[in-house]
Amino acid sequence: MIGLENASVTFGSRTIFRNISFRVPKGRSMAILGPNGRGKTTLLRALLGFQSLASGRRFAPKVAGYVPQHGASQAKLTGLDIVVMGRAVQLGLFGQPTAKDREAAEGALVQVGACHLADMRYDRMSGGQRQMVLIARALATGSPALVFDEPTSALDLGNQSRTLQLLDSLRLRREFAIIFTTHDPNHALAAADDVLLMMPDGGEVSGPVHEMIEPGKLSTLYGVPMRWVDVQGPVGEIRRAILPAFAGIEAA
Amino acid sequence: MSNVAAAPAVRRIPGLKIGIFGAMIIALIASMLLAISAGRFSVSVPRILEIIMNWVASPSVAPAEMDERIVLLVRLPRVLLAALAGAGLAVGGAALQGVFRNPLVSPQVLGISQGAAFGGALSLLVGFHGYVLLGLSFSFGLLALVLVGALARINGRTEILTVILSGTVIGALFGAFVSIVQFVADPNTSLPAIVFWLMGSFSTATWARLWLAVPGITVGLLIVFALRYRLNLLALEDSEARSLGVNPDKERWYVFIAISLMTGTSVAVAGIIGWIGLVVPHAARILVGEDHRALIPASALLGAAYLTFVDTLARTLTSAEIPLGVLTAIIGAPVFGVLLRRYFKEANRA
Repeated sequence: MIGLENASVTFGSRTIFRNISFRVPKGRSMAILGPNGRGKTTLLRALLGFQSLASGRRFAPKVAGYVPQHGASQAKLTGLDIVVMGRAVQLGLFGQPTAKDREAAEGALVQVGACHLADMRYDRMSGGQRQMVLIARALATGSPALVFDEPTSALDLGNQSRTLQLLDSLRLRREFAIIFTTHDPNHALAAADDVLLMMPDGGEVSGPVHEMIEPGKLSTLYGVPMRWVDVQGPVGEIRRAILPAFAGIEAA
Repeated sequence: MSNVAAAPAVRRIPGLKIGIFGAMIIALIASMLLAISAGRFSVSVPRILEIIMNWVASPSVAPAEMDERIVLLVRLPRVLLAALAGAGLAVGGAALQGVFRNPLVSPQVLGISQGAAFGGALSLLVGFHGYVLLGLSFSFGLLALVLVGALARINGRTEILTVILSGTVIGALFGAFVSIVQFVADPNTSLPAIVFWLMGSFSTATWARLWLAVPGITVGLLIVFALRYRLNLLALEDSEARSLGVNPDKERWYVFIAISLMTGTSVAVAGIIGWIGLVVPHAARILVGEDHRALIPASALLGAAYLTFVDTLARTLTSAEIPLGVLTAIIGAPVFGVLLRRYFKEANRA
């Protein structure tokens, strides 16, 4: 389980958020949405224990599987070397990774379907490949909690689709408490059970995904009108997507 | 998501790496033999081995022959001291560059060298050598580090940028203190001693001085070697390292203390020898890559071989001995420039 209870974070006299409470139990996935600068990243930092709370408490395992937006970008190490780093907490200060740690790391790469990246140098990978390696590293920690900082924001559509499928398959295993932030409400529809909306006025609302992802709440959240749109899936099924009213405007 | 059932192929056997390490060990031995052999009174390599074998067999027998005395009392302690200091300075540089995620930092950046230089200069000013010099060098090196830490710690957190800036400030401060010591020093006695010591040299190496240097540098090397995998994690962004269960704020200081032990000790016994901590880790990185598990031992071997060789040049190139610090700078700066270009060309190709 991972979550906050009555948590507040302040920078000097500025309050980033006040009295936030939510809990993500094992087996559920929660998306966090909010406008730029509202404090999503600070919320994740507080959740992971990098940011001290002005009040309240946090619930989290000793190490959470954290997938940063940009990780280890300078490292001239192989994909497997990066994933093995997920075992750091088991190794301790003077420990060296053993064959067992490499096996765990290879297992994590298998789970994300990225075995082919094991021997590739991390600094030569594309953004999508790095994302898969970082997700494998989060799994290699063995933590029951996974935290993703905007896992789709820097990716092209193909990699977004792969990442969302992976997020959803991790959700459906029901072994993890998953939290991710996103700017696209459709990504919450695709991979979350619950949603926390960080409203622009400073309040937060949370609930099951189908109560939160609806035009009324999202219009308030982003300050633009939102609409449901029918989308035909790959095998002809009709699904509903939610888009801003400006979608489809043609400049010419 | 297509899950591949089989685990990836067995990792390739690091035969190449074993070859590279073998070559480094051979280079170190060759460099040490050359250093013992070369000089105004040259001794052949078979004779060196014979002298050392005899000495190992019966260490209590005092060396009688001229070449025995030169090898055992003059050159061997000097060569061992140069190799030890070279390993310490190179490993210190490699570890520091990892922790700062920047290949251009060196112990000078943290003000350790300047602090140690002030301690040593102070000791020479009042006419002390040996343990007093070592103690003051190490103490002021560590003091510089503690001051940097105190200055850089803001709101309970130590960010990397504030450490670098604080290191510059403290280094400049101790640099000024060294100038004050030189200003008040007696121009006939203590001033030349301080100036020549600061330029760096192993010319005064003796067995006593070697044993003075062994504890500090060895302990520092062992600490960094034990932390060699942890250095890979400390080279990550702080928040990323924290998320993996590492405490970078605290663990960085283990590395810093080890570095100040090695730097303080080598400054005490041989003055300021720059560039080793920059040039050697770069060469090591090109040979074995950036994984500190290979980089730390490679830096130790290369540093030892390199400083031994440069010291040999310092005392054989001209009839008078060239100050070692001057020579490491003259060789180091252009080599560093070439390495730097190759490094960034490589980075651009990636």
